Amino acid sequence: MNVLIKTLGFSLALMLTFTSVTYVLPQMKGEAPSDTDVDVAALTMDSFISLGEDLFLGKGACTLCHNNLGRAPDLVALNVVNTSLERIEDPLYQGEAVDAAGYLRESMLDPSIFVVRGFGKKGSNDTESPMPVANQPPSQLSDVEIGAIIAFLQAKDGNPVTVTLPAQTSASLAAADEINEPAKPMLAQNGKEAIAKYACAACHAVLDSQAAIGPSLNDVGKRLTIDQIRDSVIAPNAVIAEGYAPVMPDLSETMVVKELELIVRFLAEQTGDQP
Amino acid sequence: MLHRHVIPAPFACPEYGAPQDRTILIKGKQEVSGSRYPLWNWRHVLLVTIVAIIGLSGIGFSSVVSAAGEAAEQQIASIYSDVITDESESSLIPAPKPERSDYPNIGVSSRSLVWVIAQMHLFFGALVLAVPIFVLVIEFIGFRTKDDRYDDMAHEFMKISLTAYAITALFGGALTLSLFMLYPDLMTYMTTRVFGSQMLVYATLFFLESLLLYVYYYGWYALRYGNRKWIHLTLGLLLNAVGTTLLVVANSWTTFMMAPSGIDTAGAVVGNIWEVMRGPLWNPLNLHRFIANVAFGGAVVGAYAAFKFLCAKTAAEKAHYDWMGYTSNFIAILAFLPLPFAGYWLMAEIYAYSQQMGILAMGGILAWLFVIQAVLICTILFAGNYYLWSGMARTEGSHRYRWLIKYIAAVLILGFLVWVTPHNIIFTTDEIARLGGSNHPVLGPLGIMPAKNIAVFLMLIFTFLSFQIYRRADKVITVSWESWANTLMVAIYIVATVNVIFAGVYYGYFTNTVYKVGSSVMQVGSTLVVIVSGVVIDTFLFKGAKTLPVSWGKISGRSQYALFALPIAFTWLMALMGYVRSSVRTHWHVYAVVKDNSADNFIPTLQHVGNMVTFVTLLFLVFLLFIFWVANLSSVKQVPALELTNRAAAEGVA
Repeated sequence: MNVLIKTLGFSLALMLTFTSVTYVLPQMKGEAPSDTDVDVAALTMDSFISLGEDLFLGKGACTLCHNNLGRAPDLVALNVVNTSLERIEDPLYQGEAVDAAGYLRESMLDPSIFVVRGFGKKGSNDTESPMPVANQPPSQLSDVEIGAIIAFLQAKDGNPVTVTLPAQTSASLAAADEINEPAKPMLAQNGKEAIAKYACAACHAVLDSQAAIGPSLNDVGKRLTIDQIRDSVIAPNAVIAEGYAPVMPDLSETMVVKELELIVRFLAEQTGDQP
Repeated sequence: MLHRHVIPAPFACPEYGAPQDRTILIKGKQEVSGSRYPLWNWRHVLLVTIVAIIGLSGIGFSSVVSAAGEAAEQQIASIYSDVITDESESSLIPAPKPERSDYPNIGVSSRSLVWVIAQMHLFFGALVLAVPIFVLVIEFIGFRTKDDRYDDMAHEFMKISLTAYAITALFGGALTLSLFMLYPDLMTYMTTRVFGSQMLVYATLFFLESLLLYVYYYGWYALRYGNRKWIHLTLGLLLNAVGTTLLVVANSWTTFMMAPSGIDTAGAVVGNIWEVMRGPLWNPLNLHRFIANVAFGGAVVGAYAAFKFLCAKTAAEKAHYDWMGYTSNFIAILAFLPLPFAGYWLMAEIYAYSQQMGILAMGGILAWLFVIQAVLICTILFAGNYYLWSGMARTEGSHRYRWLIKYIAAVLILGFLVWVTPHNIIFTTDEIARLGGSNHPVLGPLGIMPAKNIAVFLMLIFTFLSFQIYRRADKVITVSWESWANTLMVAIYIVATVNVIFAGVYYGYFTNTVYKVGSSVMQVGSTLVVIVSGVVIDTFLFKGAKTLPVSWGKISGRSQYALFALPIAFTWLMALMGYVRSSVRTHWHVYAVVKDNSADNFIPTLQHVGNMVTFVTLLFLVFLLFIFWVANLSSVKQVPALELTNRAAAEGVA
């Protein structure tokens, strides 16, 4: 009995040690993507782009490979529109796209039509892409969803969005003829515009505002590094400045990367020394 | 959502996959009907073996034999069928698309219930299939050396396997019932449409396995010597042939769910059963599970020997179970050493099938589990090495090599520390500021794969060194060229170590990413060269060597706990890696074909996984102790009351 207790105790202790390792590691839960109904009639260009961003980061699983780890072209870092136009000019390009939106759609529906050098399937000599076809399982993105991702990729660097809204797509051909101007997102063009667009001055002392609901941003460039500023915008409630309530809204649903960077750069320059 | 860093979305694990993979599968179908495959392929051999086994058993199960033969004929006929079913045929039935309401709600998590039952079935199945493999080898060694100790030990191992067999079958039955009850659509699809033609073959194999197992075990002493022993060995061989066939047949269900083949994009079956079975992951999984099972089986019977050693009252008993424990550890570690290479092949094939699936496992939400894997494998290596070092106390000749132990231990500890160093973890803004970035400036480079590879391969090389000095401990080498051989061996160790480090550092940190994978091939090669040349050189060195006496039983009780650590770590590891393999399907029952719409179609947190794995390991341990107790019970004889009285009287007189 003594041996039994000792061996059981030893085995249990070992198992609990292994279990405890799982408790100190980051806890993440991977939810299955849910099919959400998009009310195409109610879509605005901003919400369409926002939908595209959600799909790009979530259901589409694009960032699993398209990231900065070298598995596939880093679509977040690249200006995707400019890069697409360069690819179309590539002598090896065999597709039929004539503009960036067409190239991006073609890449998603027939990834092997042009494989960027170094990113082909192993042993295929860059003739076969490892990327799954976007509108087939397991991603199974709809036409609307593919359009939204393209809109996001165009908008994230401040490029004009040439994808038409689904509602417009279903409109009459006559109406479609009238849509000859590319839809432009309401993107801020500089830091001040972005600060104004997101009403930062309503709570923070910045630009002409002296609001004191949140900490002053006039000298934020002196107090925080550029990375800390960025983190504070992305996750405003992760670190709360002493004496202030965690009331800053989550802007991640509406703000796009380009505007984030404009705000971050602008704030990093606010050292309190400005006239 | 707006993210600064591109992270493998916690949301992630969504749907990755590869319709292009389907193309590969259809190519596979065409290849099978083409000339690339020889007339007598594996499948023919398997079917003929089954029929032969049935014929050899010859005990009148005519209906089963007839049915199996019929099924076999159908299989063979289908191989030669060049007619590929037209996908547009109206008879093609697509895969089911179960809705949430199609899954019965039993009040507890269906996945958790099936998880526990399936894992228990797999644990015992692995044990039952693995033990006869090395038992046959040990029995054969005993037969050739005419040493009955081997024969007795092999029989004792089989006693454990036999008891475990009934429990395996019980959990197998429970698993089948629970799957049909909780996942009716999936199971109907799998058992009637996809693998329907295989079910009878599987049932026949299971029946044969039972038959052969009982005859092999209970016929042990009746067929022990002379020509009868050959009959017994043949029975063992057939038992293993059937057992391994059962394994690969069951594996095909698993690999079909991960990388389906022989079906069209809607899930309708368009290929024959061979095309369905022969998916891209089937053979890698077959090899990996086969080797892992042997390592697992060796570890479990090692725990039995350790338990018996600790309970032993006499020196003879201690000697017997010490020897049994040593043999078990030898089997477990020997099988364990090539396991990383088989795992590498499996993961490479997963990547080749679907890059996203591979990335999800190794770089996505599941990647953190590999930190735990590092802890587990290092536990196995520490336990295996510690047991070998402790075992050196059995012979006086070991003092010549003891000085090496501290260096081996240092390499193992350093390797462990490198292996468990994460590349990055989730920091607060303040922590990032203090660290100066998301990665530690000094330890950051240790978090990536090249550093891990260096650590793993050096740990394997130095584990082999432990094994080698253990083997040399009781030998006095007499050949004249001993010093030359030793110099060569030392040179091989040095070159291999330098090569492993150089390949890892140079190709891992100073060249293009594409060369990183290539560097691991060099490292695998270096490790294998050490192992193979070590075995070869020692084999020649030991010719005519004087053997020093080995005192079996002269080993510390503490060392026996290493033999407990091995199966615990193996069991935990097996459950964990099984979970990873299964989870790469994310929210698909059959990847990209049958969607999992149940309430459990998410990837749980690591804590939940840890709890589940510990629970099944604990449950397995409880059942294992029951098996040990039952195995022990069979050798206990109750003394009649009269005899007891006489003994007491005799003692009173004395």
